[in-house]
Amino acid sequence: MLELKNIGFQTEDEKEILRDVNLNIEDKIVVITGPNGGGKSTLAKVISGIFRPTSGQILLDGVDITDMSITERAKAGVSIAFQQPVRFKGLTVQDLITIAAGRKISLSEACSYLSEVGLCAKDYIKRELNSSLSGGEMKRIEIAMTLARESKLSIFDEPEAGIDLWSFNNLIKVFEKMHENTKGTILIISHQERILNIADKIIYLKDGQVERYGSREEILPMLLNAAEKPGCTTLLNKLDK
Amino acid sequence: MDDIQLNLLKEVAELDRLPAGAYNIRVNGKGEARNTTANIDIITKKDKPGIDIYVKPGTKKESLHIPVVLSQSGLHDMVYNDFYIGEDADVTIIAGCGIHCGGNEETGHDGVHRFFLEKNAKIRYVEKHYGEGEGRGRRIMNPTTEVYLKEGASAYMEMTQIAGIDDTYRKTTAIIEKGAGLEIMEKVMTTGVQNAVSDFTATLQGDDSSCNIVSRTVAKDKSRQHFASNLIGNSKCSGHSECDSIIMDDAKVSASPSLTAANVDAGLIHEAAIGKIAGEQLLKLMSLGLTESEAEEKIVNGFLK
Repeated sequence: MLELKNIGFQTEDEKEILRDVNLNIEDKIVVITGPNGGGKSTLAKVISGIFRPTSGQILLDGVDITDMSITERAKAGVSIAFQQPVRFKGLTVQDLITIAAGRKISLSEACSYLSEVGLCAKDYIKRELNSSLSGGEMKRIEIAMTLARESKLSIFDEPEAGIDLWSFNNLIKVFEKMHENTKGTILIISHQERILNIADKIIYLKDGQVERYGSREEILPMLLNAAEKPGCTTLLNKLDK
Repeated sequence: MDDIQLNLLKEVAELDRLPAGAYNIRVNGKGEARNTTANIDIITKKDKPGIDIYVKPGTKKESLHIPVVLSQSGLHDMVYNDFYIGEDADVTIIAGCGIHCGGNEETGHDGVHRFFLEKNAKIRYVEKHYGEGEGRGRRIMNPTTEVYLKEGASAYMEMTQIAGIDDTYRKTTAIIEKGAGLEIMEKVMTTGVQNAVSDFTATLQGDDSSCNIVSRTVAKDKSRQHFASNLIGNSKCSGHSECDSIIMDDAKVSASPSLTAANVDAGLIHEAAIGKIAGEQLLKLMSLGLTESEAEEKIVNGFLK
């Protein structure tokens, strides 16, 4: 499915963000986790074509996509839900979902994607993606757009960020449902244990390198133990119970 | 009317045939067709070119179309239209001007529209300006709009100039009395070496009057735009003006908002922003499969929709 070979990424001022990343991703849901600044979002951007890797190769179903533009990769079957959804003055939710689907879709079809992320479609479909929408609403619409793409590979960069607890429960349901229904691969960047819990495999990325990659059963207990040291307090609290 | 004229009519007034309700169609400086109704009367001015329109008090749900079409190169049409809207009337007015310049001489249309709304009268006014043609002659439009709103009256005005006008000076003034409200939505796009100036002055004269002016513009190529607005609050009122521009290529855009309050309860706000298309907007649309230029087009079209 997705294969990363010796991926490296340096910023213009030669700061090394990713170092020799090698991954072979085949499963339905793979979650990338790890400390802040570890290179997770950069990796998502390298896979989706927003950043070009400074070294290495990316293969999607055996096809080398390393030199493909963002547009070409999108057409080849890569989707990304941004960590910070983008606002557009004048473009409506329906406009964006239609662009995402890449074809003329009926209103009811567009609405079905919104319903899947727990938004009442008729309240939202004609709304502009401007500052009148809250961060949580934007986030869910961003996820609905990615659903509409029906891609081989869907990347979600911290889908839980900026979502309130109530919405978070719904979000988990969305991913659980995706896990059942998807024919492709879903790659989620997350710190949340409940999202880690639905992963088939977990990648632990630290200092720009893959420190661990394995099944949830194998990696999750290790992460929870490691959290005893200063780190993610959410996980630490869970462990105390 | 010939094909060129019919096409212009379609562009500015979305008309394929004669509209229902009252209308006055002006082609190359002369009246082409007119229809009045029991409630809307149209009378040709005697002292200068143009028409006086009278809408009877209490008229509801009627529409008036007054498109202007110019296809004769070198003609500079000047027209004065006055709208008298009676008490409690509620009407929609579709105006607009299309120029086709096939020759090398300058072709232009200067329209002065004055709106007199009586107590509690209401209008929705849609004006679209459009230019086309293979000729080298410049296409010029200078619309002047004056709005007088009596107590409780309200006007919603949508003014659009998307393509093909080389030079334009758009001047709008309004006097808004007690409890009356004015809302203006302006959309302008300039390309090539076009030049557009928008100049708004609204005086909030009576208590509880309100005014909201929103201007969205896109400046492409080497075009120039200037936006000026002046809100004057002489009463307990609320006024808001907003100018939001996308600048592209080698264009130049300037905005000079001005607010004047002469009453402690006058609430006046201005917002102005000029900037290029945000990189993240392009990236988002490209990640959905659009090319960079398709993404740009979507963003601009949405912005001016």
